[in-house]
Amino acid sequence: MQDNRDRVELLRQMLLSRYFDEKVNDLYAEGKVHGTAHFYVGQESVAVGAIAALKEGDVITSTHRGHGHAIAFGLDVDRMAAELLGKAAGYCHGKGGSMHIADVGAGMLGANGIVGGSMGIACGAGWAFKRRNQDNAALCFFGEGAANEGIFHETLNLAAIWKLPVIFLCENNQYGMSMSVKKATAIENISDRAVAYGMPGVTADGTDLDEVHEATQKALERARAGEGPTLLEAVTYRYLGHSKSDANLYRTREEIQTWRKRDPIQRFAVKLEEEGLLKENEWRELDEEAKQRIEEAFEKAQQQPEPEPESALEDVYA
Amino acid sequence: MPSREITYREAVREAMVHAMREDEEVFLMGEDVGVYGGAFGVSRGMVEEFGEERVVDTPISEAGYVGLCAGAALMGMRPIAEIQFSDFITHCMDQLVNQAAKMRYMFGGEATVPMVVRTPGGAGTGAAAQHSQSLEAWFVHVPGLKVVMPSTPHDAKGLLLSAIDDPNTVLFYEHKLLYNRKGEVPEEPYRVPIGEASVSREGEDVTIVTAGLMHHYALEAAEALSDGGVEPEVVDLRTLSPMDDAAILSSVEKTGKLVVVEEDVKTAGWGAEVVSRVVESESFYALDRAPARVAGADVPIPYNRNLEAHVRPTPEKVVEAVRALLDARKGVYA
Repeated sequence: MQDNRDRVELLRQMLLSRYFDEKVNDLYAEGKVHGTAHFYVGQESVAVGAIAALKEGDVITSTHRGHGHAIAFGLDVDRMAAELLGKAAGYCHGKGGSMHIADVGAGMLGANGIVGGSMGIACGAGWAFKRRNQDNAALCFFGEGAANEGIFHETLNLAAIWKLPVIFLCENNQYGMSMSVKKATAIENISDRAVAYGMPGVTADGTDLDEVHEATQKALERARAGEGPTLLEAVTYRYLGHSKSDANLYRTREEIQTWRKRDPIQRFAVKLEEEGLLKENEWRELDEEAKQRIEEAFEKAQQQPEPEPESALEDVYA
Repeated sequence: MPSREITYREAVREAMVHAMREDEEVFLMGEDVGVYGGAFGVSRGMVEEFGEERVVDTPISEAGYVGLCAGAALMGMRPIAEIQFSDFITHCMDQLVNQAAKMRYMFGGEATVPMVVRTPGGAGTGAAAQHSQSLEAWFVHVPGLKVVMPSTPHDAKGLLLSAIDDPNTVLFYEHKLLYNRKGEVPEEPYRVPIGEASVSREGEDVTIVTAGLMHHYALEAAEALSDGGVEPEVVDLRTLSPMDDAAILSSVEKTGKLVVVEEDVKTAGWGAEVVSRVVESESFYALDRAPARVAGADVPIPYNRNLEAHVRPTPEKVVEAVRALLDARKGVYA
């Protein structure tokens, strides 16, 4: 468990993540953003809980639904907002957008527009740590949809035979776009597949930040001890559509409401209050602060200059 | 620099061994590259020197280990991935095209992926349609990747060392029929720059642009043509991407005639790109004949020896193409 101040900080990160994506969703609805994005709303406890278990020098790989991972890893929401708006000041100078936010130098090895696309990269980072005798690990986020890609099989097997310090964290948010996990797989838990690779498989309640955190910590201990990877499954739910064009035809309003009742932010905040870590009204203040911070980030981003057109031809090769 | 005759296979190995002795971050990964020495014996003896952690046998998981190499490269290592037959590269297209080639650009120039992917391509060994293709043009079509295809042991060693140094992902095309070819190679390490063609034979009458094994076919054809009084100039591209336009254009301006010799299938092959670059440039006006391409037929590679020979370029087909071009009606810009 994290110390008390850190726990309040985790709540703050979840709120930032929530308001960031709600803001982006609004901007799309208003037609103010070009392109597309995928929203992490409802899943915040997974990224925040897992990333809080990392230490200096560890890295993450992310997915197309990556804003929450980036915020939890400590990326600056100003530069993220600027990237969403395609500005030169964004993390990718306007060349990546929502699906490619990265800060490789800091260890955020990139969101990824290809389902399962970052699983090889995470193994490569694990390989580098092992070869360099570094006591670090790679935390690889992917969705339950990616668990049916061939790369899932290849990378879990490679990581297992070479005992790479990689945590495969499957965010089972129940749907691969419209495809229900119940229709897409014939097993109960994605983590059941771990047995096929000779690694531990653990399923955690993804709406419970502490449960995710503890499971990740355990997996990290194993990885740092040279014992190899773990397949971790966090059972979670995305409240919003797959992307901006989703009309939610494949699920019911009731189902969404049921999950909203288990809201991870709400649950964690109540827990902090019970633990006496939040003063009266502090949750409300934090909530307001986070909302303001995101508004401010997007206002600043609006003022930023567009990239120079010629920059489109740069950075193809080093 | 003292040099001696060694095979193309030995030259490739020598470059890898040199790079691995110099830099702990360089490693070789692929199927059967360890004690087996690689399907074509290129890495024979290397695991004995560098150990299993740096000459790494993989399961049959091309996407997995090429993806791993891309990630290790992103972390600053210098991986060399071997794909046993270039046809198997289809397994790792996502890793090469969507990941390795794109990361630098889509991250706004804030990343590098210094990986080399070595792989033997080409036909002529009776291995049929799934072990004989020349698919290098696919990667010429992907910005962010470099593609080299050396034809001699000298260039193989020098270009591989350049590829390992290069901060970008480089596809390094070998050819099964080149491995036993011998040539002069300096013992010391040296670099042949990526993106520089070489004029391997000077001539006045026609420019033959080629690469890889086909370079040798072009030279054989040139000797036969020379006996008949025609002196071809042969340009060995060595690198397909980035393409050395200047070398191509200056030779075409000199001879006024262009024949491309390539092993990949003709339709949308890289030879089409060579021709386009010439006809889109001022050098177009130097041409006095329509350009010609000698390429693989637009079919999969068949198994039967005679059928296989029928669909591949040969020195004889190059001779014929050059003669036909010289006999053709002269253009009005002459």
